[in-house]
Amino acid sequence: MLPEIGQFLMVLAFCLAAIQSILPLLGAQRGQLSWMRMAPNLAWAQFAALAFAYGLLTYAFIYHDFSVAYAASNSSINLPIEYRISAVWGGHEGSLLLWILILGGWGVAVASFSNNLPVAMSSRVLAVMGMVSVGFIGFMVFTSNPFDRLMMVPLDGNDLNPMLQDPGMIFHPPLLYMGYVGFAVAFAFAMAALIGGRLDASWARWSRPWTTVAWVFLTLGIALGSWWAYAELGWGGWWFWDPVENASFMPWLLATALIHSLAVTEKRGAFRSWTVMLAILTFALTIVGAFLVRSGVITSVHAFATDPTRGVYILVFLAVVIGASLILYAWRAPKVGMGGGFSSWSRETVLLANNVLLVVACSAVFIGTMYPLIIDALGMGKMSVGPPYFNSVFVPLMVPLLIMMIIGPLVSWKNATFKGSFERLYPVLAVGLLAAVVWPLTMGEWGLIPAVMIFIATGIVGTFIVDLLPRIKAPDFAGRIAKMKKLNTSWLGMHVAHVGMAITIIGMAMAASYQTEKDVRVAPGDVVELAGYSFTFKGVQEVRGANYSSLYGTVEIRENGELVTILNPEKRTYDKHQGMPMTQASIDRSVFRDLYVSLGDPVGTTGAWIVRVYYKPFMTWLWTGVIIMSVGGILAISDRRYRVKIKRRLTGRKEEPQAVVD
Amino acid sequence: MKVIVGIFMVMSFLISSSAYALKAGVPLEFENAEQEALYNDMLHELRCTVCQNQSIAGSNAPLADDLRGHLYKMVGEGAGEADIKKFMVDRYGEFVLYRPNFDPSTYLLWVGPFLLLLLGGIVLRLNVRSRSKINSSSDLTAEESELLANHLDSKEEKK
Amino acid sequence: MNRHMIPLAVFAALLLLFWVGLGLNPKVIPSALIGKEAPKFELPELHDPQKMVNNEMLKGQVTIFNAFASWCISCRQEHHQLLKLQREGFYLVGLNYKDERQDALMYLRQLGGDPYAMIAYDYKGDVGIEWGVSATPETFVVDKKGIVRYKHTGPLYREVIENELIPLIRKLEQES
Repeated sequence: MLPEIGQFLMVLAFCLAAIQSILPLLGAQRGQLSWMRMAPNLAWAQFAALAFAYGLLTYAFIYHDFSVAYAASNSSINLPIEYRISAVWGGHEGSLLLWILILGGWGVAVASFSNNLPVAMSSRVLAVMGMVSVGFIGFMVFTSNPFDRLMMVPLDGNDLNPMLQDPGMIFHPPLLYMGYVGFAVAFAFAMAALIGGRLDASWARWSRPWTTVAWVFLTLGIALGSWWAYAELGWGGWWFWDPVENASFMPWLLATALIHSLAVTEKRGAFRSWTVMLAILTFALTIVGAFLVRSGVITSVHAFATDPTRGVYILVFLAVVIGASLILYAWRAPKVGMGGGFSSWSRETVLLANNVLLVVACSAVFIGTMYPLIIDALGMGKMSVGPPYFNSVFVPLMVPLLIMMIIGPLVSWKNATFKGSFERLYPVLAVGLLAAVVWPLTMGEWGLIPAVMIFIATGIVGTFIVDLLPRIKAPDFAGRIAKMKKLNTSWLGMHVAHVGMAITIIGMAMAASYQTEKDVRVAPGDVVELAGYSFTFKGVQEVRGANYSSLYGTVEIRENGELVTILNPEKRTYDKHQGMPMTQASIDRSVFRDLYVSLGDPVGTTGAWIVRVYYKPFMTWLWTGVIIMSVGGILAISDRRYRVKIKRRLTGRKEEPQAVVD
Repeated sequence: MKVIVGIFMVMSFLISSSAYALKAGVPLEFENAEQEALYNDMLHELRCTVCQNQSIAGSNAPLADDLRGHLYKMVGEGAGEADIKKFMVDRYGEFVLYRPNFDPSTYLLWVGPFLLLLLGGIVLRLNVRSRSKINSSSDLTAEESELLANHLDSKEEKK
Repeated sequence: MNRHMIPLAVFAALLLLFWVGLGLNPKVIPSALIGKEAPKFELPELHDPQKMVNNEMLKGQVTIFNAFASWCISCRQEHHQLLKLQREGFYLVGLNYKDERQDALMYLRQLGGDPYAMIAYDYKGDVGIEWGVSATPETFVVDKKGIVRYKHTGPLYREVIENELIPLIRKLEQES
């Protein structure tokens, strides 16, 4: 009974979304206030229906209703409760419902925080979001119903894929979807602006917080996926340039360009066409990503059980939504004009270069990901494009971009001189060069790649300091603190995010260039030496978990005879997935290095095992840097101009928002 | 019965019996450092053809075990990277290489991104030139604009 | 107006690529051996270990060379098709890939008989690698001169047999 209600609610949501697409849009065109005012109500009603439907699916999982086919294939009697809840998004149908729910949620958020927008604008935004919802809910209702029932109810389910039974994997999809779906908001704003013919600085100011929040979510979502791969796959790797990984990385690159482009449009009224195009392309790539993952067109470890019928639906949806938006763009963009001018050396120029470089980087990943498909489609056989290609091509392409991060913040808006900029920059470059020479040497061996990355990272931090010092100049310490408190949060957000990126770069470069590892065959009692640490293998025991059996290893780590830590790598075999043993690496994380141990295979029957031991310097900096980047993003949108608006909304005052000059 | 799912059913519980089979992670002896480096590099360059997009470095599939074994044998016999790649391509086609060869069918792949970079640079140059022309008569010189902007930046919070 | 239509044009090309892509199967890898001589091998026969099977035996007639194993579920699906082909007069040679002798013999008994004129027993799987076998079942067609002319990955279904395999064999039989 309940699953059928869930199905009904989805159809209801579909109808509500359809009305939400049409009514407010027509209302905006005709000036019909009553129709426009329906938009928030429809958004709320749609969200409520979806939330209940989602709740019902979750209920089926928690209470083991295996008559629901989707629950039977993704859950089991022994699955712990937290994984029963996350298993709802463990497969195609449920993850799609989650996506749709989050889309509805963003719609409600837009409806709630748009009091300071002209009602025609917010109506159009909600209408476009309604259209996107119609597409996705339709996809669900017509091809991927999570509430399908099984005629013969099994006694136990097939259990959740063991790869997903991990804390990191619980949060990875929701965070990713919060990001992807958030870009539908930026897209909707861009469309609303094109439809209404009003593409100005205020549109950018409204759009910016939504886009930045979505960017933060996507950043965290991608990083969490890497974190999981690092811990779960046993080989210390965290990025494989798999097509599905690329499908999340490409929108991230364009979204980064978008948030920078929005900044220029807001402050200077320039880059309007760029910003609209980036908003369209970012959203387009999220749908392309969905297509790649769910259609079976590419081979990937991440792909859901694929079905070409679903592929056709998504392809048609992609064609309609993005095709329409690009046609609208081609029609309206020529009338947009260029906005404020700027001289050939200025911050605008640097940011334009930034846009171009990010688009080029994204295109490079795109070409590499699509190339096997292109070759196959042309009948030229099958080929593979993997990490060796991407590492050779992408890293050099990123270098000019990263250097922009050092230069940009120190170049003035509109009109700057090379001489002026260089005067501010040269201390930064000097320190960067010094670090690039010295730091790799302290790690053992000088290498070009780590040196370049160190130069860039140090430069970014240096730029922050050079930009900070004049702003907190004061006769005494108290004065400096007082000035620090008054720093513009938007400006601070930029630097914090950049510094976060710098820290991430160090983590990546150092771990990749200076890691050491050993594969060894060890019997209980054997000791392995690596990077100044002694790893003593104590043996492996059989241990039983909730829905798995584990071979539980113990390794003691000592430095200079003193015990540093005890690690417990495991090899788990889940009851319902006997053919798929899962390695659970055990990691000792510390500021300057990770020590990583994973179990290979047993050797014979004497209790000896193959064990892999890693020393990874600065690995934690990768994750820490990403978190700092996200904090930077949050800071950027917690700027007082946005806070003032929220306060105004809460206190009910209806003042006209003032034009903000930065 | 899903055709596509049914096609590849390599049972991983089958204990590999080839003399050349190497389980993942088994410590190996090499004659010299170059051979070891070559082996480790090639592990990441060769694709496991039965897997869902994995190199033979980490895969547990029996075929991956066999291919690692062949790789080890060839490295031990002094084969170079080109020989090893030829061996694999002769049997499995270009599909087995994760780093595509540089030939007419892949010019676009290898050169494309850098061509785009060049194109981007040109677009940038043209764009910046046309925008700087919009910059109408400013009463301030470039240096003065810069000074004023920096001054305004730091005075911002006083509002 | 023109400049702004470039993204639309690129997008249309991309849609076309995806549309074509939906009809393709990324998992099926074409054989690198097509047009080349069958790889040299010599293996003991499955039923009679004293007898040897080698690549020369594939010459002189059009041969269907089929890789299978008892642990391979998809192989079971195609077995009756192989028996049918044998009854219709085609010449089949088997490659028992990475299998235990007894398991393979029992597999043949269980599924209704042995469709192969002879079976090469590839315990180590090395000959499989020579043929570029990545998964079972895989079926090759070798012409009278010993050149590999065709490969099919996965079980042989009715349509594939009728539309591709048999017409090709008929054509090859015409060749000297």
